[in-house]
Amino acid sequence: MADEIPATGSASARPGGGIPRRVFLGACAAVAAPALLTAARQDGGAAQGAADATAAPRYDPRVHNYGMGVDVNKCIGCGRCAAACKEENDVPRDPHYCRTWIERYVIKTDGECEVDSPNGGIDGFPEPVAEGDVMRAFFVPKLCNHCANAPCVQVCPVGATFSTEDGVVLVDESYCIGCRYCIQACPYGARFLHPVSKTAQKCTFCYHRVVRGLVPACVEVCPTGARIFGEVQRPSSPLTRFRRFNALQVLKPQLNTEPRVYYANLDGQVR
Amino acid sequence: MAGRFAPWRVFAAVPQQVRRLAIVVAVLVAALIVARALLVPPTFGDRGHYRAASVDSIEKLPIRYAGHEACAMCHPQVVERKASSFHRGVACEVCHGPAVQHTTNPIEVKPPAPRDRAFCPRCHAFNAARPTGFPQIDTTQHNPGVPCFACHNPHDPTPSHPPESCAACHGMIFRTEAVSPHAPLPCTECHTADPRHKEAPRQWLPTKPVDREFCGGCHAAGAPAPASLPASLRIPRVDLATHGERYVCWQCHYPHYPEAN
Repeated sequence: MADEIPATGSASARPGGGIPRRVFLGACAAVAAPALLTAARQDGGAAQGAADATAAPRYDPRVHNYGMGVDVNKCIGCGRCAAACKEENDVPRDPHYCRTWIERYVIKTDGECEVDSPNGGIDGFPEPVAEGDVMRAFFVPKLCNHCANAPCVQVCPVGATFSTEDGVVLVDESYCIGCRYCIQACPYGARFLHPVSKTAQKCTFCYHRVVRGLVPACVEVCPTGARIFGEVQRPSSPLTRFRRFNALQVLKPQLNTEPRVYYANLDGQVR
Repeated sequence: MAGRFAPWRVFAAVPQQVRRLAIVVAVLVAALIVARALLVPPTFGDRGHYRAASVDSIEKLPIRYAGHEACAMCHPQVVERKASSFHRGVACEVCHGPAVQHTTNPIEVKPPAPRDRAFCPRCHAFNAARPTGFPQIDTTQHNPGVPCFACHNPHDPTPSHPPESCAACHGMIFRTEAVSPHAPLPCTECHTADPRHKEAPRQWLPTKPVDREFCGGCHAAGAPAPASLPASLRIPRVDLATHGERYVCWQCHYPHYPEAN
């Protein structure tokens, strides 16, 4: 074989019959071809993956920042939100815990303030307000405020409750040790210990619905539009419109928890 | 040359007690690394001080409420009817309940259609804490025993005839006024309402008195008593020129309960 190769290349010209160029190149090709083919296949696979991604874009939490608006003047105290929350999130009915609930405030002419919330309002408020010296009365829906500066997240000893990149405070149920420290720390009473799993639970803004492009269950069923869900910073969002046209208040602003639940027409008696 | 800086020679050069300490520290560090690898869950810290996989598991939870857009795909006529009614803001699942199973299996799973008379008062029974103007009824007086849908189509609940009394929507004001000295006065004594107010309440707002002279029509010194009032009723009279001249009357007196001053 070596004799047939023209003596132009330096390799074949090497004395003692070194590796002929053709053999060397052939061996190189044999070694390199599978690697090149694999690389090409991987490129194609990546291109295929990109095509899939454009067909069904994966939810990206970094481009969202959620919040909720509550118009106290529109709430009729029907309790559909609290009942829907129980359905959607399997919140226990007995003993009675709520991720969201309605409070009825009755302020008497002598300034005395009475607050009640039978069963969290999931069955509405069948008992009428005792008439007489009522100065004003109203309903206030309550839920987790999804604080940007959340005390519950700060105190969790294991990192089982956390703020996601889209501004929702969630609980990792399989990692929670049930120490109840977050329940103590929440200034809004929005947390409870699930009686079966013995882990902390709270409103998630229906995170499993939000990532699918739906609104939280309480917002979906609110018949008067007292609850508004949307993005805090995006210019085109129902929440942005709500924040533009209402004088807003948050609960317990003096605690600097920076809630993402904004109340319109909130009475100063509400705590 | 290289042998002079060999690790074992350096190790041999340091005092024994330091060597023992170094071994203890090394064992502790190794134990820490092993314990951390065993105890910290795999995705912890990927996106923050939490387990990133827990977000994925929360995202995968099943939904129960399908959302009104899902209903509109198959029931456009109902949606169209509702869109121009007072119930336009009421999503389907408020009354029909969570319906995601109906969207996946529309034949076998039918969402309930509540026909119970107890259902509608959950929103529409009179409650003093409800906002003024929200339609509220007294369930014991409002056609007792008749199911609501006999007169009101839930998808377009405008009643077959407009409400006869103002109390149908303004229950709180009605009840307050009923126990006040103004109880004998009909609402129309002070308010003039276009008949269309009963059908489009916010587009045809009733009038309200605008000046002191209106109240002075009864309460000024020497004003005549209205014919609708019994002659025995003592009407408080004031001199409009000297009585609270800087204010209009309802800044101090609530006209629906005028003792409250």
